[in-house]
Amino acid sequence: MANAAAHTGHHDAHDHHMPSFFSRWFLSTNHKDIGTLYLLFAFCAGIMGAFLSFGIRMEMEEPGLQYFANPGTYNVFVTGHGLIMVFFMVMPALIGGFGNWFVPLMIGAPDMAFPRMNNISFWLTVAGFCSLVCSLFVEGAPGSNGAGTGWTVYPPLSSAGHPGPAVDFAIFALHLSGAGSILGAINFITTILNMRAPGMTLHKMPLFAWSMLVTAFLLLLSLPVLAGAITMLLTDRNFGTTFFDPAGGGDPILYQHLFWFFGHPEVYIMILPAFGIVSHIISTFSRKPVFGYLAMAYAMVAIGVVGFVVWAHHMYTVGLSLQTQSYFVFATMVIAVPTGVKIFSWIATMWGGSIRFTAAMHWAVGFIFLFTVGGVTGVVLANSAVDKYLHDTYYVVAHFHYVLSLGAVFIIFAGVYYWFPKMTGHIIPEWAGKLHFWLAFIGANVLFFPMHFLGLAGMPRRYADYPEAFAGWHKVSTWGGHIFALGMVVFFIGVVIALRSSRRAADNPWGEGATTLEWTLSSPPPFHQFETLPRIVDAPGHH
Amino acid sequence: MTITGSHERQMRTTQAQHRSSWGLAALGAFLVSTSSALAAGIGQPVPWQMDRQVAVTENARDIHAFENGMHWLSFGISLFVLGLLLYCVYRFSEKANPTPSKTTHNTMIEVAWTIVPVLILVAVAIPSFRLLRTQLSDPKADVLVKVIGHAWYWSYEYPAVENGGGFTFDANLDEDKQPKLLGTDNDMVVPVNKIVKIQVTAADVMHSWAVPSFGFKIDAVPGRLNQFWFKADREGTYHGQCSELCGARHAYMPITVQVVSEEAYAKWLAEGKTKFARIDDPSKFADAR
Repeated sequence: MANAAAHTGHHDAHDHHMPSFFSRWFLSTNHKDIGTLYLLFAFCAGIMGAFLSFGIRMEMEEPGLQYFANPGTYNVFVTGHGLIMVFFMVMPALIGGFGNWFVPLMIGAPDMAFPRMNNISFWLTVAGFCSLVCSLFVEGAPGSNGAGTGWTVYPPLSSAGHPGPAVDFAIFALHLSGAGSILGAINFITTILNMRAPGMTLHKMPLFAWSMLVTAFLLLLSLPVLAGAITMLLTDRNFGTTFFDPAGGGDPILYQHLFWFFGHPEVYIMILPAFGIVSHIISTFSRKPVFGYLAMAYAMVAIGVVGFVVWAHHMYTVGLSLQTQSYFVFATMVIAVPTGVKIFSWIATMWGGSIRFTAAMHWAVGFIFLFTVGGVTGVVLANSAVDKYLHDTYYVVAHFHYVLSLGAVFIIFAGVYYWFPKMTGHIIPEWAGKLHFWLAFIGANVLFFPMHFLGLAGMPRRYADYPEAFAGWHKVSTWGGHIFALGMVVFFIGVVIALRSSRRAADNPWGEGATTLEWTLSSPPPFHQFETLPRIVDAPGHH
Repeated sequence: MTITGSHERQMRTTQAQHRSSWGLAALGAFLVSTSSALAAGIGQPVPWQMDRQVAVTENARDIHAFENGMHWLSFGISLFVLGLLLYCVYRFSEKANPTPSKTTHNTMIEVAWTIVPVLILVAVAIPSFRLLRTQLSDPKADVLVKVIGHAWYWSYEYPAVENGGGFTFDANLDEDKQPKLLGTDNDMVVPVNKIVKIQVTAADVMHSWAVPSFGFKIDAVPGRLNQFWFKADREGTYHGQCSELCGARHAYMPITVQVVSEEAYAKWLAEGKTKFARIDDPSKFADAR
C-alpha cells in the first residue's frame, strides 16, 4: 500500500534511497536503525556488565581474597556492574531499543518526532559509556584505579575518599548518558502526544506506548535532579564548594535525598517499559485482549506518580525522624496496590484464553511470578522497623535482583523473542528460546534466592571478603551464575542460527492475538513506514 | 580454623538443626528455624543459616515476630500467584481451551483486587508503625557510649561516670580471633539488662554501625550525631560488621560487643581508666585536630 504510493513521485523515491553504510549507521535518523543501534549497544554493554558480575561471583565463591589482591578493586567491579547494567544495558535496551523501534510502529507514526535528536541521544549514551570505561583505568581511591563508590556515588566516599579523577569520569558518564536520556524522553513525549495515527486516542493507544509515555515523564522529571546532585558533587570535588561537606556547613545526607529523588523513579523507569511489553506478549499468546486496559494504563501512571514521593525508603538508617520514616513507610506501601492490579490483570488476561506457549510467553509468565517474589520482599523492606535489620544486607541485593535481573532483564529477552522476527525477518528457533528460558529461570533463582538467606543471617552488601559462616550459600549462588551464563550461550547460538537460516518470518508470525500495528507491516518493516497513515477505527490491542 | 571441641560440637548441632529445617523452610517455615539457632552461634552467623541471628533485645524479638508474619504473608501471596499462573497454564492452554473468551472487564473482581491488597497493607502498617514508634523512642539511658566510624576501624568513647569511664579506645580487626573477620582487638563492653544509648558519628567517610542480634543498624555520618538504644538481656559476645560502603577495607572493620554482668562491667569500667586513653588527654586533642 504505502510502497505502491512511494514509486509514483520523484521525491518519494528519493526518500526510499538506502543510505551508505556510514551514513546509515553513524548519522542515522531512522527510528528503527537507531533502535537497532541501541539494542546492539545494550548487548555489548551487557556483556561487559556481565563480565564484571562474573568477577564479583568468582570472588564471592569462597571466603578470603581469591582474585582481588586489593579489595578496593572489588568495589570498582561492583560499582561498574551497577552503573553499566542500569544506565547502559537495561535503559538502552528497553527505552532506546524497543521504545525507538516499536513506539512509532504501534502508534502508526512514520518516525520519531525529532529524528536527528534521536541520533544524538544514542551517541551521547555511547560517549557516556566510553567515559565510564575510562574511569576504570584512572586513579580513584588512593593507590587504586576506578571508582569504588557503589552506583549511588555517596559522598564523602566519592569526594574525600576518591581524590583521583575516576569519580569525575564516572560523573561525566552520568551527565552524558543523562543528557541523552532527557533528549530521548522529550522525543518520546512529543511523538506520543502528537503523532498518533488518526483515530488513535490516548485511551486506544497500546500499553507499550503508554508505558513509554509514563517512563519518558519520569526521565524528564527525575534526571535533572540527578544532574544537579552530581554537578554539586563535581564542584565539591574540584572547585572547593561544600554542599555535602559538613566542614563547610554542608551535609552528606542532602546528596542522598537528591540522589534517591532520582534513584527511586529510576527503578520504575527500568521496569515500566517491561510492564508494557509483558502486557502485549500475554495478550498475543492468550489470543485475548488485555484485561482491564484502562486500569492497566492508569496503574502505570499511578506507579509513576507515587514513585516520586517514596525516595527516602532507601534511607531508613540515616537518622530520619519518626514522622518522616512513618510517611515513607506509608507511601511506599501504596505502590503495592497498582502493582498488584497489574499482576492480577495479567493473570486475568490469561484466564479464559487459548494460550500458546512460545518462547516469549515462557519469559513473560516467568516474569510475572518472579516479579511477584521481588515485589513482596519489597513490601517487607518497606517497613522501616524491619529495614533496620535488613538494610544494606544481601536481602536487599536479592530483592532488587529479583525485580531487575529477573524482572526487567527477563522482559528484555521476552521482547527479543517476541519481536526478533519483526525486526530482522529471521526466526530464532523456539527450542533455543525455551532452553534459554529454563536455564535462566533455574540459574537466576539458584543465583539470587540464597541471597535472602545470607541477608537474614546478616551478610552485608559490597563485601569483598566475609566470615566463613556465609560460604555455603555464596557457593550455591555462584553455581547459579554459571547456569545463567550457560543460558546466555544458548541465546547466542539461537541468534546465530536465526540469522544464518533461510527461513523468513511472516508479517504476523503470532496469529490473530497479535493486534498492534507493527504486525500489519512486512517483516522487517520497510525503511520508512506509514507514508499513508493508518486510520484507527476499532482499538488495537483491546476492545 | 581452630575451634575448641565443645564449640565444634555446638557448630555441628546447629548445622544439623539448620539442615533439618530446610524441608520446613521450603514450606516457608522461617518461624521454626529461628528457635533452632538458639543452640549455638549466638551473636554470629552459622554455616548454612537461612534465618536471622538470635535476638537478644526486645526490639530484635519484635522485628523477628513482625518479619515472620511478613514472610508468611509474602510466601502466601507468591504461592497464590504461582497457583493462579499454573492453573491458567494447565486449564487455558491451546489444547484445553481452543476458543478464547472475549472477557476484558469484570468490575467486581477489579474492585476486589484493589481493595483486598489495601486491607492487607493496612493490617501490615498498623504493627509496623507501632514497632517503629517503640524503636525510635528515647528512654532514659543507663549507659552512654559514643561510637565513631573511621576508615577502617571503630572507636568507642565512654564518658566519665562516678565509678570510672572517661576513656576512649580503638577497635581494630584482630585477624587471629575467631570467628574470622568478626573479632576486634578491643571490644565494646556494656552491662546486661541496662538501657545503652549509643551516639554514632564518623570521622572521614560514612560507615554504619550494625549488630544483627540487637536488631538495628545506624549510619555513622560525618557532621551528624545519630542515636539509637538497646537493652540486651543476655550475656555474651555479639558481632556485627560495618554496613555502609566505606572504601577498600569496608569488610575489615567488625564490631564486637560484650554484654556482661553489672559487676563485670563496673570492674571493666574502672580498669579502663588506666588501660585506655583518657578523653581529656591533651595528646588526644592534638590528634583530633
